[in-house]
This record gives sequence, structure tokens and C-alpha cells, in this order.
Amino acid sequence: MQRELSKVFSKPRTLRPVAMHYCPGCGHGITTRLLAETIDEIGVREKTVGVAPVGCSVLLHDYLDIDMYEAAHGRAPAVATGCKRVHPELVVFTYQGDGDFASIGTAEAVHIAARGEKITTVFINNAIYGMTGGQMAPTTLIGQKTTTSPFGRSVEQTGFPIRMAELLATLDGAVYIARVSVHSPKNIIQAKKAIKKAFETQIKGLGYSMVEVLSQCPTAWGMTPIESTKWVEEKMISYYPLGEFKAPKRGLTNGKED
Amino acid sequence: MGKIVIDENLCKGCTLCINACPLHLIRTAQRINAKGYYSAEFADKEGRCTGCTLCAITCPDVAIEVYREKKTEAKK
Amino acid sequence: MEKKFMTGNEAIAEAAIQAGCRYFFGYPITPQNEIPEYMSKRLPEVRGVYLQAESEVAAINMIFGAAGAGARVMTSSSGPGISLMQEGISFIAAAQLPCVIVNIMRGGPGLGGIQPSQSDYFQATKGGGHGDYHMLVLAPHTLQEAVSLTMEAFDLADKYRNPVMILGDGCMGQMMEPVEFKKTPPTNIPTKDWALTGAKGRAPNVLKTLYLDPVALEKKNLEINRKIQEMITNEVHVETYQTDDAEVAIAAYGTVARIAKTAIKVLREKGLKVGMVRPISVFPFPYETFEKIANKVDKFLVVEMSFGQMVEDVKLGVCGKARVEFYGRVGGMIPSYEEIVNETVKFVKEAN
Repeated sequence: MQRELSKVFSKPRTLRPVAMHYCPGCGHGITTRLLAETIDEIGVREKTVGVAPVGCSVLLHDYLDIDMYEAAHGRAPAVATGCKRVHPELVVFTYQGDGDFASIGTAEAVHIAARGEKITTVFINNAIYGMTGGQMAPTTLIGQKTTTSPFGRSVEQTGFPIRMAELLATLDGAVYIARVSVHSPKNIIQAKKAIKKAFETQIKGLGYSMVEVLSQCPTAWGMTPIESTKWVEEKMISYYPLGEFKAPKRGLTNGKED
Repeated sequence: MGKIVIDENLCKGCTLCINACPLHLIRTAQRINAKGYYSAEFADKEGRCTGCTLCAITCPDVAIEVYREKKTEAKK
Repeated sequence: MEKKFMTGNEAIAEAAIQAGCRYFFGYPITPQNEIPEYMSKRLPEVRGVYLQAESEVAAINMIFGAAGAGARVMTSSSGPGISLMQEGISFIAAAQLPCVIVNIMRGGPGLGGIQPSQSDYFQATKGGGHGDYHMLVLAPHTLQEAVSLTMEAFDLADKYRNPVMILGDGCMGQMMEPVEFKKTPPTNIPTKDWALTGAKGRAPNVLKTLYLDPVALEKKNLEINRKIQEMITNEVHVETYQTDDAEVAIAAYGTVARIAKTAIKVLREKGLKVGMVRPISVFPFPYETFEKIANKVDKFLVVEMSFGQMVEDVKLGVCGKARVEFYGRVGGMIPSYEEIVNETVKFVKEAN
């Protein structure tokens, strides 16, 4: 029996060979890689256009070797719509955070889903505004301390966190809506499946797809990376349950033939 | 049988890989890398790594490459 | 009175609290995040309300609501956010509501950068939003001045029933200096009987800005314009610095004026008589001061962190009586005092 070691895991083609600026342990790096792997496995690198948000992932165009826009805060779905209407044959996605998708961009988020645009959104939910220094987000949990909820978020002052996946799933134009997490390898594997299904939803022309990715944010949460993954597991998932909230009954391969 | 190669210059010492490895074959290096992090290093003297890729899957910086034995003889 | 060592952002926020501001609605944007963060901690201490809006568009409309309800309110942002607020500011001016808006300017246009700039001068002073209105715009150059101007801004806003802007920049927002908060004597502010507080025992108040009849709308505009003319007559703030014997006058505001003061010291040591005209109110602009100085000084060097915005107002004030040259840095670059020295020396050589 010959023993050859073959490479079974390496950087995907669509990911540029550069260091990413994200903080140590951040879920953005993992999700960016999953996005690149998906684009490679489906084989659409040269017909994919991405729209980067304002937030920690504003530099996404430095990491993915595809055409990319940088949109104004919250407006990525509108920018993506403009592109997709001009080039319906392209695979167009937006990559957005809490501020972009759940705060300033909620109108754009609702309407891209309502219109059923054949566009995919990858929405990173880390319950905070990372890039600007750790302010409260609409997804910040009750009691969570941030730089603008220094005493802990209170229901009386600022109401309840928004569950974007459930919200958009009520819209008929939204065809595939899932929530996943990247805080452990097992969940990362599930996250990738969901991202792939979301892209397939678009490619098959079925409608709008969105994958909400729960991510750790060690820096803004004031924790070590490992502690932050525990916080996702123990604190976030009970409020933001994982799963598919909407999926077409037929038409997606889920990695196997349908 | 497998092995991993960690690119020390991409590693930010987040230790998620160390936490993910089921056989505890990764540890924190004793020296600082060029960016000022104590990066992760592969420590598998007994050659126990199975190439499961859990470390690489969790690495946020794509700093790990994984190699696994490819058996060329067909199973009987 | 003890001095506190604070960042410009924090000092402006505390000044607002000292002036009686009890409501802040805003949204995070670098380089002014310390203002909402400070307010989120401090306002509950004085039984005020801090609320982070979902966007700057929402924030400025919350300001409209709270100002219309009779309160002293403030918001803060930077370039892209101030752009989003323009419709709301037009509405606030049209409804004749008082409020204070702080712009901690950053490099633009677009998403730009997070380093300081002065590229929002046109936006601040020439309208910004649609329609015939103006904000009263004050530009501090030290943190202590930012404190006093912020406190004054609330009085001015109430006096004129108009939005007032504090025009700062990222350098000022982030730097730290010792500041003191002096209690100012209360000014004569008319009561807000126009505010929406529930029509108990009085005819209802309506805060609207729609006037379909052009005769009525023109009348409304005349009312607003009359206030603007009063601002122009009464609220010009300017500093003339070592202009008495000057052969060249630098014109600058904000952080650039601060840097220019060092340049002037160096230039005078070199034997060049240089002074400065420093607008403190950039609306209303001190055109008369420039006209007066232009009677004795025949060379003005305007220095800004932009491609030249205030320079147009300087030219208007000088009205052809003197040569006006411009030097600027953009994109977040801050001019050094040496650059200003070199430009001034070059200008004087060329002119002679």
C-alpha cells in the first residue's frame, strides 16, 4: 500500500492570497472563505459580482477575486438590484452586517426580498457594530453591554433585537432563508451548505435568498476568540435559532442530485 | 495519516484551531511572528494526525493546509 | 473651575449637556462615535434620553420630532451621515425648529476616509438641503472654543428657531485638551408656545412645511429669510489675528487656523509680517471684515483641507481689492505648519 499525502484543504482560488484584516478569531474570515469555496465549487467566479457593505467587511473586494462594488451604508441590496437588472445572467450577491442589513438598510432588505430579486445576501450577525468601535446594533441582545448601551441593552429603552431571517421569511419573494453559524467546525460545514443552496436558488432563477450567519466578534465583545465562540453557542442561538426558515420544496440539490 | 502546514505569517494566534483539534496536536508557539502574534504550531511527534481538516475549517485566516494519505490500493 | 482633559468629541457632548440638551438621537460614524457613546452614558445621569436611531435619516427626523416638542436636542455625524440628514435639515429649517447639529468632518467624497477634512464647507454654508434656508454655522479651532460655541449654539438655535451647526473635523474630535465648562448666565429665550405638547387649553399647534399656495409659501420664505438677515446682521463671529501690520493675511478656520497660528509665528521670525482672518461663524460669513482688511492688505492666502470652498467667500468679501491665492490638502491629509510657511513665502515672492 503506497502512502501518498495529497492536499485535501487549501485556500480556494477565488480567495486572494493576502492576509485579511479581520480581528483574530472573527467569523468574517471564515465566512469569506466559505463564499469563495462556494463560488469555486459552483464554478461561477467569472460571472459573479459582489457588493460589499460599510462595516468590518468593507474591504471584501481586497479578498475575493471577482468584480465588486462598495455600496453606501445599507444600500447594497439596491446597488445589487441595479446590477442584476442590467445583467440578469450574472450571479450577484451582497455581503452585509448588522448596521447595513438590520439598521440603516432595513427598507432595502425588505424590498429586495419582496421584489424577489434573484440575488443572494450573506448577512453577518454579530450583535454589535464592529468597525466603528462596538456600538449597539439592532441585533444586540437584551442586557448586552456595548459602547452605546453601557448599562446593558434594556427593553424599555430600545426594545427587542430583530430577527432578520424570520422577518424576511414572511415575504413571498424570499425563496430561501436560513440562519447558520460559524462558531464551530460542525456549524461551519452547515453554513457552507446553506450558502451553496442560497446561490443555487439564485442561479435557478427561483427568487431571493438570504443566509444569516451568526458570528463571533471577540474584539467588540471584549472576549478571547474561544470565549466568543462559546458566547455564540450559549447566548446567541437561543434568541437566533439556526435552521432553514424558507426553502423551495424542489429545485435545490443540497449537495446531492435532486 | 495526515499532516497540516500552518502559515505562521497568516496566523493571528486566535487558538480556534487548537480548540478544534480532537487529538490536541496544535499548540501555541513560544515565539512571536512578524505581526506580533504567538501563532499556532503543529506538534505531532507521533504522527497521529488524521487530516480531519477541522482545524482548517475553523481557521479564520486560511492559514492551514491539510494533507491526508491517499490509499492507492483498492479496498478488497 | 476645574479643567477636564477630554477629547473634542466628549467636550462637545458635555457642553451640550451643560447647555441643557437632554435629548440626543444619532448613529455611529467615525470619527465622531465618542459623541453618541458619551451621550449614552451621560444623558441617563441627567434624566435625558439617548436613542441610537436606525440611520441618520431616522435620526434627523427624531430631531424634528423632539425639537418640535419643545426640547433642546442635538445630533452629530460626519460627511456621509450629514448628507443623509439634508432633507431633514431642510424640513427643520422650514418648520422653524431649533436644534444643534455637529459635523465632525472626514475625508470625502463617497465613503472617503476617517481622517480630518474641511470638505463639507459648501454643504454646511450654501444650503446642503433643498430650498431657501441657511443653518447658522460655527467653526471652533480649539476644544475650549468648541465648548463655548456648542453652548452658544443652543441659545442661538432657540433665539432664531433655526438649526445651528458646529463644524468640526476629525482632528478636533479625536484630540484631547483640558477644557472647562463655565456656567453662562441665562439668555433671553422666548417661550416655545409653538411647540407640540398637547393642545390643552389652547388652540392646536401645527408644524408643517407644505404650502401649496405659492403666495403663502413665498410669505413663509420671507419670514425665514428675515431671520437669516438678522443672523447676518447680528451673529458674525470672526477673529483677526496680528492683522494690524500684516502684509499677507492667511484666511483659515477650524484646525487649519490653529496650524496657521504656528506658521505665522515662524513667518514673523523670518521677518514676514503675516496675520490671519479666522472666520468663527462661516455662516453668516464675515465678508465685511475681509473687505476692511483688504483695504490695507493686498495678499490673502486661503488655506483649507479641501480643494477650495471657503476661498470663494473670501474672494466675495475681498471683492477684487486684493490678490487671493489658495492652498489646500484633501483626502484626510492635514497641512503642516511648514507647508503653510512655504506657501506664504512663495506667494509673497511671486507677488513682488
